[in-house]
Amino acid sequence: MMLRTFLAISLTLFASAARAETDIIEVTSEGGIQAWVVEEPSIPFIALEIRFRGGTSLDLPGKRGATNLMMGLLEEGSGDMNAQEFQAAREALAASYRFGSHDDTISVSAQFLTETQDAAIDLLRQAIIAPRFDQDALDRVRAQVLANIASEEKRPNSIASSTFYSAAFEDHPYGTDSNGTVETVNALTQEDMFDAHARALTHDRLYVSVVGDITAAEVGPMLDELLGDLPANGPKLPADIAFGLDGGTTVVDYATPQAVAFFGHAGMKRDDPDFFAAYVLNNVLGSGGFESRLMNEVREKRGLTYGIGTYLVPKFHAELLLGSVASSNTTIAEAIAVTKEVWADTAANGITQEELDRAKTYLTGEYPLRFDGNSEIAKIMVGMQMIDLSPDYVLNRNDYIEAVTLEDVNRVAAELLQPDALHFVVVGQPVGLN
Amino acid sequence: MKRFLAALAMLTTTAAAQAEEVTTYTLENGMEVVVIEDHRAPVVVHMVWYKIGSADEPVGSSGVAHFFEHLMFKQTDILESGEFSATVAANGGSDNAFTSYDYTAYFQRIAADRLELMMQMESNRMTNLAITADNIATERNVVLEERNQRTENNPSALAREQFNAAQFQNHRYGVPVIGWKHEMEQLNLDDALAFYDLYYSPNNAVLVVAGDVEPDEVRALAETYYGVIPAEPNLPERIRPQEPPQRAERRITYTDPRVGQPYLIRSYLAPERNPGSQEEAAALVYLARLLGGSPFTSDLGVALQFDSQTALYTNASYDGSSLDTTTFSLVVAPAADVTLSAAEAAMDQVIADFMASDIDPERMNTIRTQLHAAEVYALDDTQGLAHRYGAALTQSLTVADVQAWPEVLQSVTAEDVKAVAAKVFNRDQAVTGWVVADPEDAQ
Repeated sequence: MMLRTFLAISLTLFASAARAETDIIEVTSEGGIQAWVVEEPSIPFIALEIRFRGGTSLDLPGKRGATNLMMGLLEEGSGDMNAQEFQAAREALAASYRFGSHDDTISVSAQFLTETQDAAIDLLRQAIIAPRFDQDALDRVRAQVLANIASEEKRPNSIASSTFYSAAFEDHPYGTDSNGTVETVNALTQEDMFDAHARALTHDRLYVSVVGDITAAEVGPMLDELLGDLPANGPKLPADIAFGLDGGTTVVDYATPQAVAFFGHAGMKRDDPDFFAAYVLNNVLGSGGFESRLMNEVREKRGLTYGIGTYLVPKFHAELLLGSVASSNTTIAEAIAVTKEVWADTAANGITQEELDRAKTYLTGEYPLRFDGNSEIAKIMVGMQMIDLSPDYVLNRNDYIEAVTLEDVNRVAAELLQPDALHFVVVGQPVGLN
Repeated sequence: MKRFLAALAMLTTTAAAQAEEVTTYTLENGMEVVVIEDHRAPVVVHMVWYKIGSADEPVGSSGVAHFFEHLMFKQTDILESGEFSATVAANGGSDNAFTSYDYTAYFQRIAADRLELMMQMESNRMTNLAITADNIATERNVVLEERNQRTENNPSALAREQFNAAQFQNHRYGVPVIGWKHEMEQLNLDDALAFYDLYYSPNNAVLVVAGDVEPDEVRALAETYYGVIPAEPNLPERIRPQEPPQRAERRITYTDPRVGQPYLIRSYLAPERNPGSQEEAAALVYLARLLGGSPFTSDLGVALQFDSQTALYTNASYDGSSLDTTTFSLVVAPAADVTLSAAEAAMDQVIADFMASDIDPERMNTIRTQLHAAEVYALDDTQGLAHRYGAALTQSLTVADVQAWPEVLQSVTAEDVKAVAAKVFNRDQAVTGWVVADPEDAQ
């Protein structure tokens, strides 16, 4: 009946002068479900974030797109309700449920008013535990997925990223579109949906956070009711895979005025001791908005693009350092050449103390500003759990940033940034590129 | 008023009692100030909204409002080019700006104790920008690439541009916010400075500060930094060319091989929210939800996606936030074996059926509940609240209008919805657009 409260610590962030307080309470329900809770009674609603590790990577051979389609169907009928009855019930509660599927995770995001909490949880439970996968709903959502696939095949950005991932990861799930193909999606059956559901939503891969007008003591029973009946264990996760693409340029001919480039090479694991150095480095290189080197050189000085960005992407089974830029067909070659120069210069010469200091001030100042709403806090907390961080990470995170030295960053720059290994996939009709 | 209370009775009063804490005043130079208190986190959003948007631009200079927004990040008498954003970042904040038909706004999100620095810099660039021809040449390329990215590379955006041009023949809502490419290419320093000198002034601006702040402190700071800037005596009255009466239906077909899924749009001229008169706009919010809000329960969704397999996607949309006449739009993406003309006929049948039958009171209640809940959820988003006030005050609404809006929404009746639908659903005041990859699909 009672939950056990393991730990309740008051987390206070000091960043420049900003001080964000987030009291994270760790609870374990009687049924063994662990969750992080923040009690925030000032607005009468609750945000709930649920994740299952695995995601669309759990699709069986020949069933690509099954997990994606299955997640699209959770809101399309469950228990004794068909799709329309379910949605009418949800709308009457003014609750919102979002079901998402990603490479490595399944996500369920819910928002509901305190006053209709019990009914909102009952209805969400029905969608998660007892989906029907009615044939008419399956066919309807399948048609929507097929239309998405057709649209993605004509979007320059999608063509670029899927070409890149396919070349980098080939047959690994990361190498194919999680929507599936026209062929695999057309072949999916009701049985495949039940199967994908049983594989993807399991206790052993579950992460939960709750923020809002609810006490920690109420959360355990709520979660046992909501998720208690899920299967215990999921299937084996896919193997880790090395980034498999050599340096170079791939041009995909496509008639559109602005060429889109998607580029990258191998990255760094999230639990690597150098991750914070890489994170600071990436901020200076290409993720620091107008202050980044790439934004400054490619946009501010030369006017070659509206935006260029780079991203450290530590997936669960592979690590990448990615970037993207778009420029007219006549100027994309220059944009790419400048990008390569910045990459090579940063690898060879590192960043300056001034850049390091500026990045640290920004990163440590910006961190507490992220905790600015129930859903945002819930999302941050569930993400932390998925990468094995403890609640006190919120307290210590800025210390990790501050501890990064110029020597660290520049050693990591020399190791991580590999100008010759950068591969650019360019979609468009670029002039001066082969 | 009574109906409002009855509707609320379904929900507890704790929710009904919630509202944002707002203080407003006007500085002597005419600058309006709105302070929204939210003390949950030590964060502030500082926004300055100018009552100048793309629909106020001089003829032949389309895109200058948005182009100027970019130039505001260049050098002033005391800031170097890029120093504004660099200073915000160095203080752990983030900043950006946006331009629409009716406004241009600049904002920073930062630790609450940095508010003074933000005001110092923002007030400085209101009148002291020192841009050069070099800035113009480089930044013009940036906005042209922005147009490439948003519009030229996106068939739906190109279609929308053609569509708006057909909808508004005299009003500048028919010209894209980012500008027509051939006019953007000609924008020069003189265009930019003329625009700046006239419109960037305190009597044409609204300051919105939201977050962990005290209204008195904000007022003192605002008087120190913004209050000392003289009002622009020559600020023209905001008179924009209005649409003549539309007397005939307009149709376009946009063909682009990059279109992945054919679809159709029908867009009717519709009234916007006006000062002291928001009832029709509120009724249109209900009309959009009844016809196309949810694919599962709305009339279009039920008829075209459930009772028949005519469409893959349906939607109805209406946004009453607009200075001048706006639009009410319907979208249908037909199923694979359905032609656009069949889909359009099915859509028109739904409208005809809606007009011929009574509105289910249960559905009115559900929408009322959802709109009420949306107000509760909105309290969690301080920047969203700030946006609400900034947009409204630059679109001729008052603070009282903003605060009355949730109640106006709760008071809408089925009769109100029917009356506004009868007024808006006039094909002679509509544009219908088909968007296809191949001319063969346009049938």
